[in-house]
Amino acid sequence: MRPDDAGLDRREFLKRTGSGLFVFVSAAAMPALAGAQEPARLPGRPSYPKDFNAYLHIGEDGRVTCFVGKVELGQGAMTSLPQLLAEELDVALETVDIVMGDTDLCPWDMGTFGSLTIRQFGPVLRAAAAEARGVLLELAAERLNMPAAELRTKDGAVVRAADAKVRVTYAQLTQGKRIERHLTQPPPLKEPSTYTVVGQTVRRRDAPLKVSGRAQYAGDMRLPGTLQACILRPPAHGSRLTGVDTSAAEAVDGVRVVRDGDFVAVLHEHRDIADQALGLVKTTFEKPAAPFDDTTVFDHILKNGPEPRVIHTAGDLGEGEKSAATLVEATYLNSYVAHAPIETHSAVAKMEDGRLTVWASTQAPFGVKGQIVQALGLQPDAVHVITPFVGGGFGGKTGGPQAVEAARLAKLVGRPVQVVWSRAEEFFYDTFRPAAVVKIRSGLTALGRIAFWDYDVYCAGDRESRQFYDVPHQRTVSRGGWMGDSSGVHPFAVGPWRAPSVNTNTFARESHVDALAAKAGADPLRFRLEHLSDKRLARVLTAAAEKFGWAPKAAPSGRGVGVACALYLGTFVAALAEVAVDKVSGRVRVKRVVCAQDMGVVVNPEGARQQTEGAITMGLGYTLTEEVRFKGGEVLERNFDTYEVPRFSWLPKIETLFIDTRDQPSQGCGEPPIVCVGAVIANAIFDATGARLRQLPMTPARVKAALADV
Amino acid sequence: MRRAVSFTLNGKPVHLEVDDERMLLWVLRSDLGLTGTKFGCGEALCGACTVLVDGEAVRSCSIPISSVAGRSVVTIEGLAQGPRLHPLQEAFVTHSAFQCGFCTSGMIMNAYALLLKKPRPSDAEIVQHMDDNLCRCGSHVRIIQAIRTAAETMKGVAR
Repeated sequence: MRPDDAGLDRREFLKRTGSGLFVFVSAAAMPALAGAQEPARLPGRPSYPKDFNAYLHIGEDGRVTCFVGKVELGQGAMTSLPQLLAEELDVALETVDIVMGDTDLCPWDMGTFGSLTIRQFGPVLRAAAAEARGVLLELAAERLNMPAAELRTKDGAVVRAADAKVRVTYAQLTQGKRIERHLTQPPPLKEPSTYTVVGQTVRRRDAPLKVSGRAQYAGDMRLPGTLQACILRPPAHGSRLTGVDTSAAEAVDGVRVVRDGDFVAVLHEHRDIADQALGLVKTTFEKPAAPFDDTTVFDHILKNGPEPRVIHTAGDLGEGEKSAATLVEATYLNSYVAHAPIETHSAVAKMEDGRLTVWASTQAPFGVKGQIVQALGLQPDAVHVITPFVGGGFGGKTGGPQAVEAARLAKLVGRPVQVVWSRAEEFFYDTFRPAAVVKIRSGLTALGRIAFWDYDVYCAGDRESRQFYDVPHQRTVSRGGWMGDSSGVHPFAVGPWRAPSVNTNTFARESHVDALAAKAGADPLRFRLEHLSDKRLARVLTAAAEKFGWAPKAAPSGRGVGVACALYLGTFVAALAEVAVDKVSGRVRVKRVVCAQDMGVVVNPEGARQQTEGAITMGLGYTLTEEVRFKGGEVLERNFDTYEVPRFSWLPKIETLFIDTRDQPSQGCGEPPIVCVGAVIANAIFDATGARLRQLPMTPARVKAALADV
Repeated sequence: MRRAVSFTLNGKPVHLEVDDERMLLWVLRSDLGLTGTKFGCGEALCGACTVLVDGEAVRSCSIPISSVAGRSVVTIEGLAQGPRLHPLQEAFVTHSAFQCGFCTSGMIMNAYALLLKKPRPSDAEIVQHMDDNLCRCGSHVRIIQAIRTAAETMKGVAR
């Protein structure tokens, strides 16, 4: 997309691609991509294809277009990816266009999640650009009849190093030709120390559209003749439709009812009228029993949890326990949490000449295409998924059930059909962050060192579950994962939620290490540093503490300050916080959060700051209020009146700090800064009150209960 | 009941023949094609659908079209003067006061209503006025900064 253009149309694209230079990059050429799937992320997904994953094109007009399967969720990829490209290709950033998430135009991509866009996809795009630069140097050498070694690239042109007046532009070099290059060897990339575009703050490309209401989301597409569909939903997961009477709905002027087995949809030109008519449908459902609810789910998980898998062991736990002078054991809990993006799942589908085009709010357009192909029994080339702007995902839009619904209905009624879920549907069909239990057994030696660490996590997943503090005897066990499993332990779907499994694992580990520090009578920062041989993590922790102005003291000190740190897939993160606890109401007010990160080369510092502030703000929700209440398969959350997400009045002072590590490759930033929020606040509450909160969210009622135990 | 409803929309007269119990949001988005105003919750809880009616911020998902008859409605599409963005919009750009952008129209419109009434709000007043507009990406810090900047740029003169 160009900054002020909602997108390139296909004809325009084909016209542009008639000639020019094309560079295709395949996974085979990029070792960084081999085995690049997130481990155990979405089972059954295809691996990266052998042909290519990214390509760029330099047109006769000198404009560079890159085609990527990633999507813009608000994280800023449409701004930062062109920065990487402009840097490596030596072109002005303004001449780079980006086409994202279109299954006809862009090479296959697994999806936009896992903080992978910069970390994993960035190198691919840079390789394409570096290869293109090499080709352009060769072409220029031929044209200018001088050795390539005497030439340099600069501002979209090849110039003679000794005499910049000898110059030929990329556009001139590619004019009238069609050159295709398939990258087979990773080309040499620029030294980060020479960067001029990467590392600079760049204004978001989506800004003009988003502040003027012109940014189009899937629910905003207006195709002539579209019918809006509202779909009949069961009262609880696992219920069975036993009777339905749609006659009153059908009597509404302009309403059309579609029934296909248990799938009942009410359609009208206007969504609000379709929704009202859906309310006239009379139904009876057989609801299954509700064997457990949000208060008993943890016992249920402990009793029915999936089989254990040993993730890591070192030393001998028995020896460790023998060497311990003090034992510290605890169990940590967190509830189901919703993604709750402000844009509900939306899609519009159009069937034309046997070919289906679907615009969908999704993090994984290629995955959605596959789901539609399978659900409708179409050939893959008969389905085209386009991703407009997406109104937030956070892991909750990795599938596209609403797109399948729209596609199914468009095929059935022979007109374009739009599906925009209500807020209640969004909660009902969300793939929640799983409720989880972490049991930790540990001990301290007489000298105040961690003697052993026995970690057992249920249902959160094993990502970053391994202990990174120096502990001689340790074991990490994980049962199940964030995608759920076949044991049927969850009454509804669960899935990745911003930094899957790591919010849970960090809350448990960092709370427990804090408890050990308190038991040892040690300052919690010093205690951590004394157990950390990882220098990058220690540096991040120290930098955050300096910015915070940490004064060493054992907790509880009454000051209400806390510390936590974590690893997240190559990013090092530390947070310190200050809270005030109202002992009467149990309310926690977070006054200040300082977050430091080392994520290698930062592509767009302002973009990274936005991600960091956003993650900390969002993290306040799972920490203090967010939990999904349910009875068996019935989800009790319907809207934002009961499901409380962070608001302006909750805001702490947020300070962010990035360690300058130009010699290290770029890592992710969308997820890492959220992982410490739960623990750093729990630790600050402990410091303020002496009460250790072991369950998220730390609601006023739970805070009061913990205070009563002090 | 289906009847004629007339009002002013972004400075221009509108005459519609509609069921006047329908909510303003859907008439704007569906009948009038103004999709800058977003649907987020349908129950006046998130603020994504905020528009101005006679200078007051209202949740368009929860007010019937009949209630705007004879009144003046301003949506996000009506804020810029031609190609020139409103100072609030400029300030949202300058501060990158959004990520996904889905709450942005409602944020800007609610902030606009605040500045019309209170051209130089304190931070506490900004927070209080904006508190019921939800943002899931966590752009709150920047939204406050943007509103502050806009108030300064407008030098106490709201328009």
